[in-house]
Amino acid sequence: MTYETVARIAQQGGLIYFGLIFLAGVAYALWPSKTAEYRRAARLPLEDEGDPR
Amino acid sequence: MSASATVAAPPKGSGAVLVLSVLAAFLAIMAAGLSEDPIFRFQAGLACLAGVISAFFLIGGLAGGTLRDAPDRYADGVIKAGVVATMFWAAVGLLVGVVIASQLAWPRIFYFPEAGWLNFGRLRPVHTSGVIFAFGGNALIATSFWVVQRTCKARLAGGIAPWFVFWGYQLFIVLAATGYLAGATQGREYAEPEWYVDIWLTIVWVVYLLVFLGTIWKRREPHIYVANWFYLAFIVTIALLHLVNNAAVPVGLLNHKSYGVFSGVQDALVQWWYGHNAVGFFLTAGFLGMMYYFVPKRVERPVYSYRLSIVHFWALIFIYIWAGPHHLHYTALPQWAQTLGMTFSIMLWMPSWGGMINGLMTLSGAWDKLRTDPVVRMMVVSIAFYGMSTFEGPVMSIRAVNALSHYTDWTIGHVHSGALGWVGFISFGAVYCMVPWLWKKPAIYSNKLIEWHFWLATTGILLYIAAMWVSGIMEGLMWREYTPQGFLAYSFIETVSAKHVENVIRMVGGAMYLAGALIMIVNLWRTARMPGAVEPAVAAAPALATA
Repeated sequence: MTYETVARIAQQGGLIYFGLIFLAGVAYALWPSKTAEYRRAARLPLEDEGDPR
Repeated sequence: MSASATVAAPPKGSGAVLVLSVLAAFLAIMAAGLSEDPIFRFQAGLACLAGVISAFFLIGGLAGGTLRDAPDRYADGVIKAGVVATMFWAAVGLLVGVVIASQLAWPRIFYFPEAGWLNFGRLRPVHTSGVIFAFGGNALIATSFWVVQRTCKARLAGGIAPWFVFWGYQLFIVLAATGYLAGATQGREYAEPEWYVDIWLTIVWVVYLLVFLGTIWKRREPHIYVANWFYLAFIVTIALLHLVNNAAVPVGLLNHKSYGVFSGVQDALVQWWYGHNAVGFFLTAGFLGMMYYFVPKRVERPVYSYRLSIVHFWALIFIYIWAGPHHLHYTALPQWAQTLGMTFSIMLWMPSWGGMINGLMTLSGAWDKLRTDPVVRMMVVSIAFYGMSTFEGPVMSIRAVNALSHYTDWTIGHVHSGALGWVGFISFGAVYCMVPWLWKKPAIYSNKLIEWHFWLATTGILLYIAAMWVSGIMEGLMWREYTPQGFLAYSFIETVSAKHVENVIRMVGGAMYLAGALIMIVNLWRTARMPGAVEPAVAAAPALATA
């Protein structure tokens, strides 16, 4: 494997790979059916009284 | 009766830690005896002492029955200890900062040639490690233990392991700081501890990661709250950064000195990949976890946009990791790499301000608390400083701006607006929240003292950063000034003595910030000593009335 091949995989492949996982993260954040879960999650710090049970 | 029998059992792993403490003390005393290196012998002696103290308290706790597990309660004892350690190291780290600021302002008075360990070069890493790792690190560990338990509705995992993390981390700090004073250093910014301290921190950090993951694993709440994502990113990334940046070969197994495996420009790049991500993941991601829990909790409002918090998280961690090369403008680092670092630094502006807006807007519907609650004000000013320094940072990363700002006091001012403003204030805010909860008191002893802390510290920061802007830009301009004949207009020492007034203002600002922290310590002490727990006070009132 030459330097050029490694550089190509690292640079172009890496760009596509990281770009796709980032888009997956954004899609997860914006997915419409998640609205109810996120609304509840946004209030999580407010409902943590008492013991772990 | 069976319930009391289970309560009396000591935390899991206590016996194993006892055996390991004795073993470690034995190995350390052997190393101290065999070594011919005085610094290594001194540090091994300290490690031996730590092992003996640990064994002593474990035997006492196990034999006396005071070391008990309470599996159906949150593990708050270790968080209390963390709060105490946070404030203790805050006082130490800030005090050393004021001392070295005085050395810069009045070098003739505060220079002690007969005491080498009091030299600026020895004390400066004690200050930086003291405030970042000792104060900030303890604040992060303590709050992360609080947040992960509450948002997962589960007790900390690992039996005695959280206590091992706490005391192991204190030993790391003591070994690092005493090593600096003795002259042991790798000379790597924010990574000065030598190889044996690095190995110890690695062990402690892996246990910390396992405790955190184990708690998430046994959670009763299906959703993993966003603050835990930030804390987890902080723990995992610091582990990775620490291992790569500290790759070194010791001179001998009984010698404190080591040499890094990288050299030349690769070494510089690894160093600043580490250095900037220490800022990005230690001083930002972890403290954002703090923000996403304590701001909503304190103002009793939900997170403004939970969706934005997820985008904030992923954008921040994807971009931060590339920003390091902006520390190496105009060096042997290839220009494309410098440009890459600069570009990613500018891109960072977006997630940073997204997070700032999310934190500030969480106050919507509760803005009146800014007027009535000094703790809320402290946290809001903290987020404002987060926004300001994450705007200033990208500007300074631009090559043309960096040509003026690099190596000047402007950089120091930038770091301190982030560290004193953002990191310090969000930690103080979180500690002000946690102390009444942990010690079961209705509120902090005195709101007026919090006001004093807030105004002293805020004024101190403003004096500090304004002085550093002035002196930084002044010395940057003086360094690049040429005479008509093409010679440099100023010698270096002229640019140093030109900064005298600014150095005095910086010292005064730092002293004000320290004074605020000391007032806070008094206030917290009085809070913990206040009579009456919350519930018994309510319950006892009618009983007294009938009696």
